[in-house]
Amino acid sequence: MKLIIERTDFLKSLGHVQSVVERRNTIPILSNVKIDAGDGAVKLNATDMDLDIVDSTTAKVSTPGAITVSAHTLYDIVRKLPDGAQIDLDAAGGELILTAGRSRFTLQCLPTDEFPVLSGGELPHTFPLGAVELRKLIDRSKFAISTEETRYYLNGIYLHKAERNSTVFLRAVATDGHRLASVEVPLPPGAGKIPGIIVPRKAVIELRKLIDESADDVQVSLSDSKIRFAFDNAILTSKLIDGTFPDYERVIPSGNDKTMQVECKTFSEAVDRVSAISNEKSKAVKLVLMNGLLVLSASSPEHGTATEEVEVSYQGEKIEIGFNSAYLLDITRQIEGEMARFSMADSSSPTVMREIDDDNALYVLMPMRV
Amino acid sequence: MTVELENVVLCLDCLDLSRSNISSCSACGSGRTVMHSELDRLHIAHIDCDAFYASVEKRDEPSLRDQPVIIGHAGARGVVTTACYIARQFGPSSAMPMFKAMQMCPQAVVIPPNMVKYREVSKKIRLIFLDATPVIQSISLDEAYLDLSDNARGNLTHAAEGTPAVVLGEVARRIEKEVGITVSIGLSHNKFLAKLASDLNKPRGYSVIGEAEKLSFLASLSVKKINGVGEITARRLGEFGVETIGQLQLVPEVELISRFGRFGRRLAGFAKGHDLRAVEENCHVKSVSAEKTFLQNTNSIADLIAAVEPLCGRIAQRLGHAGNAGGTVNLKLKTANFKILTRTRQLPHLTQRADIIFSQVKKLITREADGRFFRLIGVGVSDIGPAAHADPPDLFRTI
Repeated sequence: MKLIIERTDFLKSLGHVQSVVERRNTIPILSNVKIDAGDGAVKLNATDMDLDIVDSTTAKVSTPGAITVSAHTLYDIVRKLPDGAQIDLDAAGGELILTAGRSRFTLQCLPTDEFPVLSGGELPHTFPLGAVELRKLIDRSKFAISTEETRYYLNGIYLHKAERNSTVFLRAVATDGHRLASVEVPLPPGAGKIPGIIVPRKAVIELRKLIDESADDVQVSLSDSKIRFAFDNAILTSKLIDGTFPDYERVIPSGNDKTMQVECKTFSEAVDRVSAISNEKSKAVKLVLMNGLLVLSASSPEHGTATEEVEVSYQGEKIEIGFNSAYLLDITRQIEGEMARFSMADSSSPTVMREIDDDNALYVLMPMRV
Repeated sequence: MTVELENVVLCLDCLDLSRSNISSCSACGSGRTVMHSELDRLHIAHIDCDAFYASVEKRDEPSLRDQPVIIGHAGARGVVTTACYIARQFGPSSAMPMFKAMQMCPQAVVIPPNMVKYREVSKKIRLIFLDATPVIQSISLDEAYLDLSDNARGNLTHAAEGTPAVVLGEVARRIEKEVGITVSIGLSHNKFLAKLASDLNKPRGYSVIGEAEKLSFLASLSVKKINGVGEITARRLGEFGVETIGQLQLVPEVELISRFGRFGRRLAGFAKGHDLRAVEENCHVKSVSAEKTFLQNTNSIADLIAAVEPLCGRIAQRLGHAGNAGGTVNLKLKTANFKILTRTRQLPHLTQRADIIFSQVKKLITREADGRFFRLIGVGVSDIGPAAHADPPDLFRTI
């Protein structure tokens, strides 16, 4: 294998794949990235056996071939090379020689036939999904993904077909038990028969990085155990979480009758300010809601107290309720429109938050004791 | 003629609080009252159990009630831990060599200390404190500062409401009734003065030092009454003619700083009755941890994980007992060549649960175990916080 590649192209492509590789690996080949040079292009491939990303970029290939080298080392070298450098890769005899300007590196390679292939298996459901829609599904739900391993089935986004007001949607739901996010986009053609699947957190995070640079549709293919997202220059394949997502609709309250409408930006800025005082760990803020007025407060024995008043539209009996301020802010960050609506029952039952101009997303937040 | 400001009178028997210039209780007529013009405005308390260990022993053995009792180990090298008030009349006091105490009071009954029992009693007292305020700083088994300000008490819904002075009266009454020992209370606006106050009228005392008289009150005291002033500092102060706090009040702060450094600033503050130290909730627990040394070094992830699971259970149990929760999980590994690795992981919220600690530690182990051999594994939690905020309610577990 022999090729010349622009440092910028190589770095971008490596950036897409290198974070798949875990820092420590008991299986040496999993530390490596596979470089596969073909006709005018080079394909980079990294995997952790659950997630696999292949990214292609242009290169001047003089001798096609394939090798594997340490992903983090290679990334580190390329990152440190000067902008605009031309990188020359030359593999022979179990070594890769990388030259750029006056720098020269010799890297140990491992044979490509040991490199695991995840991509096998049939993916019967295929549909196109707009990059904008995919980004919306991920951004508005990923903050709620659980990191608790005992409930591994919550360690991802639940993607499924859902029906509301006789319209079908592709809906993404994530929850860690303290908050829940549900967001939907129109069901793409071809997705009518998809099973409900749980896309693991790591795949979601890597997928999100790939979307940023893609404006076009993403081709999604899936089975009940794997999913693949195909972009113009990159393909991400991931195993799915083998578990049953809980019946989340059961925990979305429908009868919450105390409704508050508030300007989202004003609200989140006030929460942010007041929370400067709250306990670092519990991050509790208290909301006292009365006719037309919301009073936010926080207190901590070490720091003191804070209160802030926010004008809201609310009619009804006075209600006091506490929330984790970080969770409130996570949600308000997702709301793009001007106004948010809170529907509450009482100080110990889940509260529902929505964007007033967009009923495709809703958030459920569990109150905390304050 | 001007009308004098009325004093506030608290009856220690019926806990009636009224504005009056007569020191007996207007409600029940009792003479056991505290009278002070600022009584309803002070909120920092120091509570000290009277001759704690001796009182506990007397409580449990009524025949000792009227006898001099000394707690401590008898014998040539023993030291008096506590002397009851009867024994003190003969001279013995805390920290005195036992043989000397016995020379002064040969009829004293000497009882070796039973720390397990005293700790139990102390716990019961702490529970009574907790009904008054969540902000408690225990100094020892028999001594604590309480912050009874609205701000401090606002943090726990079950904290008692009402004027701090009355709440304290109730605390003292409950300790007598429910625990069977007496306490002395000092109430003021900071820790330094509260501690001095609690010492004024022991046993079963309740004393107040307010803003109005603090300077004159301090003036006559020896500088040794100041926290941190021991024999050496007292001697150095004596060298330039300062023996009382009153004399210290006249020394410019700059001079004290130039002589004593940072402590000089504190001295100047204390002399004038200033003390900005907060009542710090008892978090001397900074972390809770447990570890295990392997009989044979291991490099197996399964072994490491198996070793760690019971440790997580133990930590959760200890957190639960102490009413604490942890916000960060720590993994410690000692390699075969004695190198210590520590890895930490922040939790999204405080926890007391073994499974949550375990799942986080597991992640840390899998990342760290790369074939190296380890001889020891340890787990810990730090960023300790109150149990009340741990493991917030869960959508799927509550419905």
